[in-house]
Amino acid sequence: MGTLYEDIVAYGGEVFGEEHMETLKACVQCGKCTGGCPSGRNTALRTRKLMQMALLDLREEIFNAPELWFCTTCFTCYERCPKGVKTTDIIRTIRNLAAKEGHMSVPHRMIGVYVLKTGHAVPIGPDQMKLREKVGLASQPPTTQHPDNKDQLEQVRTIFKSTNYDVMIDFDWDTMNLRGMEKKEGKK
Amino acid sequence: MTEDGREYAYFLGCITPNRYPGIEAATKKVFKEFGIETKEMVGASCCPAPGVFGSFDLHTWLPVAARNLAIAEEMELEIYVTCNGCYGSLQEADHLLKTHPHIKERVNKILAKFGREYKGTTKVNHSIVILHDVIGLDRLKEKIKKPLDDVNVAVHYGCHFLKPREVRGHGSSETPYILEDLIRVTGAKDVDYKDKLMCCGAGGGNRTADTPQSLEWTRQKLVNAIMAGCDCMVHPCAFCHLQLDRGQAEMNKAFGTSFNFPILFATQFIGLAMGYSQEELGLDIQTSTMPEKLLK
Ligand code: SF4
Ligand code: SF4
Repeated sequence: MGTLYEDIVAYGGEVFGEEHMETLKACVQCGKCTGGCPSGRNTALRTRKLMQMALLDLREEIFNAPELWFCTTCFTCYERCPKGVKTTDIIRTIRNLAAKEGHMSVPHRMIGVYVLKTGHAVPIGPDQMKLREKVGLASQPPTTQHPDNKDQLEQVRTIFKSTNYDVMIDFDWDTMNLRGMEKKEGKK
Repeated sequence: MTEDGREYAYFLGCITPNRYPGIEAATKKVFKEFGIETKEMVGASCCPAPGVFGSFDLHTWLPVAARNLAIAEEMELEIYVTCNGCYGSLQEADHLLKTHPHIKERVNKILAKFGREYKGTTKVNHSIVILHDVIGLDRLKEKIKKPLDDVNVAVHYGCHFLKPREVRGHGSSETPYILEDLIRVTGAKDVDYKDKLMCCGAGGGNRTADTPQSLEWTRQKLVNAIMAGCDCMVHPCAFCHLQLDRGQAEMNKAFGTSFNFPILFATQFIGLAMGYSQEELGLDIQTSTMPEKLLK
């Protein structure tokens, strides 16, 4: 583990390329990102402040800030930054690092559970199958959630296992749920 | 192949088929009118959501997206989507994999575990770009049977259709024109309103992180459209549709408001102008209801 900046460049770099992530150093703290941020109107999110915290290596502070999760990745700041700082991708990468260190809410972890169970973040239910039929569609599309496509769903699970996503959210393959969540099953 | 040789793989994602099948039905119907055939993508999964899975683990997000792209490549077809989230994920993943050979190599090692490979031979299209550029405004105009002349429309783009520009390639993200052109072709008027380009509030896991707070964005958006005298909102994104439409029921419960502002996906709006009924377009099976003005 290096500084937060180094980790951002290394982890995000493997997806976006390192040069993309290194734009963080170009931030001059002008605040234009914050000025146009729709989240900042309603929440404590201050994009400029996040960039500064990342540069100052305030790892614990940034990982524990609830507003880190109030960015909708709208890319407004990304397009407007006069220094070409790839803000939104930097924020996504900081979230990745935070999640790896256990800073991930239960509802956010549950999205992974749905994908591991069905291949879909928003799976279908009996009511929606009826709605599909009402507009003349097959009750289920031939995606990973279709009972005929278990082998396809297995491929998605293989990807999640290969990147240890299941471990990150503490997924229990026996109960097909988050560990310790069995009792809440059926409430959703 | 159809007479004009257009056939696409429809990448459905999650919200379109599983929450708003009207969007799927409307898009297939409208496209068919212009000889565009849709093929189903067997075994496709969640795109996966760019802001959500991109926020939790980009290293998982990318191979899942690459697997979806590989399915279309095996079909030897280009993709179309009806959700900005799907567009965001698949087009961005395709861009990154095409421009970074070493990243592609790493992703293909994962796909090889089940005998798939991302090659870079498909293209990700948004359905509204097919309407605008492939079908074209002239041909669209010929099929308008019920002009929506006195309808004022609030255009909502959502975020990942326009941004980041370097990936999307639809010109300026501050002065877009594609949806406006599509609205005008029906005879309706696109009306400028405060913060027209603002996000719906749902993306990036924000809806899941704090639903009432995310609904506050939606409330502002809808109030601004209503204040500008708009009759409805038209957009290109199934995920925005969920937030803008079902969000109204959630807001009415959480904030004690009484919103019932019509929300339509672009092909549903054009479908009405082409003479389809609201039942055929699935506009009767959502939260917001359609006014007489749109159904006449
Ligand atoms: S707009 Fe760019 S340079 Fe200015 S504070 Fe934000 S990230 Fe830094
Ligand atoms: S991408 Fe996030 S930080 Fe940037 S303007 Fe949008 S909500 Fe704000």
